[in-house]
Amino acid sequence: MDITALSALLAATIIAGTPILFAATGELLAERSGILNLGVEGMMLVGAAFGFISTVNTGNHWLGILAALAGGGFIASIHALVTITLRGNQVVSGLALTIFGSGLSGFLGKNYQGAPMPYQFKPLNIPVLGDIPFLGPVFFHHDAMVYLCIIIATAMWYLLYKTMWGLTIRSVGENPQAADAVGINVARVRYFCTIAGGMMAGLGGAYISLVYAPTWQENMTAGRGWIAVALVIFALWNPTRAILGAYLFGGVEALTFRLQTMGINISSFFLAMFPYIVTILVLVLVTIRRRQDAGAPEALGLAYDREER
Amino acid sequence: MPKLKLIKRENESTMARLVVPVLSIIMAFGCGWIFLALSGYYPEVVFTKMFNGALGSPYAISETIVKAVPLMITGLAISLAFKMKLWNIGAEGQIYMGAFAASGIALALGNGSPYILIPLMMIAGFAAGALWGLIPGLLKAYWQVNETIITLMLNYIAIYWVDYLVFGPWKDPNSMGFPLTPIFSPAAQLPTWGDSRVHLGLVLAGIIAISFYLIVQYTRWGYEVRVIGESSQAARYAGMNVARNIMLVMLISGGIAGIAGMVEVAGITHRLQQGLSPGYGYTAIIVTWLARLNPFVIIIVAFLFGALLVGGFAVQIVGVSFSITQILQGTILFFLLAGEIFLRYKLVLVREEAD
Repeated sequence: MDITALSALLAATIIAGTPILFAATGELLAERSGILNLGVEGMMLVGAAFGFISTVNTGNHWLGILAALAGGGFIASIHALVTITLRGNQVVSGLALTIFGSGLSGFLGKNYQGAPMPYQFKPLNIPVLGDIPFLGPVFFHHDAMVYLCIIIATAMWYLLYKTMWGLTIRSVGENPQAADAVGINVARVRYFCTIAGGMMAGLGGAYISLVYAPTWQENMTAGRGWIAVALVIFALWNPTRAILGAYLFGGVEALTFRLQTMGINISSFFLAMFPYIVTILVLVLVTIRRRQDAGAPEALGLAYDREER
Repeated sequence: MPKLKLIKRENESTMARLVVPVLSIIMAFGCGWIFLALSGYYPEVVFTKMFNGALGSPYAISETIVKAVPLMITGLAISLAFKMKLWNIGAEGQIYMGAFAASGIALALGNGSPYILIPLMMIAGFAAGALWGLIPGLLKAYWQVNETIITLMLNYIAIYWVDYLVFGPWKDPNSMGFPLTPIFSPAAQLPTWGDSRVHLGLVLAGIIAISFYLIVQYTRWGYEVRVIGESSQAARYAGMNVARNIMLVMLISGGIAGIAGMVEVAGITHRLQQGLSPGYGYTAIIVTWLARLNPFVIIIVAFLFGALLVGGFAVQIVGVSFSITQILQGTILFFLLAGEIFLRYKLVLVREEAD
């Protein structure tokens, strides 16, 4: 492989990793507060549909992004209501969210099926850095969303580990009883994290329909929401590791795509399986190495009931 | 100011157990009504179409049963795993694997006797589904690998595997480019009821339901499954082999879902084809939860969800997307989860000063 092809592959890796990183960062936030949300796939789809439809109708992709944030946040708030206030089962509610989101996005997007996206994000032209040979095209010729994503993920690390807010969020996820005892409003923190997490999943979905694809297709996220859930485990609930992991998965996806176009003599169906096989292998290796649930928030998946202290 | 407060109940309310699921369905349809109206459709037209399409004639009802059969079998499969709190959401992939293996037998052994061919296909379907369930079971039992994600990833792999076969080596040369295998010989097809498409799979679903009920309620192994589901810690103290049971339950759960796939190819499509299951594996999760894991209730709820699927196809005639079915399914599940709080708590009015 020559040097231009390699730089193109690495640039594609970053683009493919971006939607997964948005979604994984959001899920990580929710899980840190103790709420497991398996509805990432559904929230991404709603974000993708809302983003696409608003952009096509308003002609402004930033309005599309706003709509995706609203859509992802809106359906995440259903999960929040069911699991936090009404103490419903988090696993099943997350599955309901995936089914609901897939249905809602398919319903709304029906008339846009296969339509191209006329208003795309343009790659930024970063002076000096963009002119560096090899590294320029790999890192500095992307659209604004790619950099926004890295900034959000990094900020998430700072928020969780270096601020009072982060301490509050983590304590709610580790030991809600103790957090409650020192006067933290457990439900409010969890609502905030779940809805913010949903908004980020929405962003990830919108990135697929506005930039990566860029079109609308039913169920176009194709399991990336679930890969994001796996990524949070891989990252041991740490945003910096999530950045690394997201680009690793992005690399697998980009490579799969390249191999298909390069006419490698493997059936495209086997290549299409590749990201899912890698997800399984990575998850197995990580789990075996760290043994059980080391790193998971103590109270993850458990409803908090004040009277059961 | 009087205030609403949730008070814990001593026992689960039997009344609520009955009322909550029924109300959930009614309220979900209420939401669907409003949603359709806001989207510019005439809800009464859509829902009438849906009802007539699913239950309005003997033919409609027979089609509803056709769709309900795989939901029944898959729902039963999932219920066993859920009993042990194993979140098997890989039934979709297990269905595809079962369908693949059964088709392999049907295509290879073509013109045998149905009394040999059908049982062989069933065994093959069970084995392939069981393998697809055993993989996450093994990983969960020995290394506590999250089964939710593994089962889901395996769904995609199974679907691509079947796609590979029907687009590639198994493709019918006379299919005019459609992704399907040649049609099975009559010996590899399940007998049907009169002129309808209702097939032997319905009887099979009933047999599985009864066996599940008997096994879980009356055998030692069923008891172990229930105890492990309540608390794996307690089960370990009692000397039960939790790891072995996790593998066994995932194996059977996957195997039964595989049978659903076998029944679908042998009873309905009579060939392996792309998009064999319109998400039966996911819909069955809702069926199971709505039925609170009770095998007989699963049969009834699966019938209702079969109606929802057939009705969903019917409304496409009036321009409504099939996605409305998924929206209704998700909404039903949300209301159900939300309503479950009334099983464990009751709502009472308290005065503020009492706080």
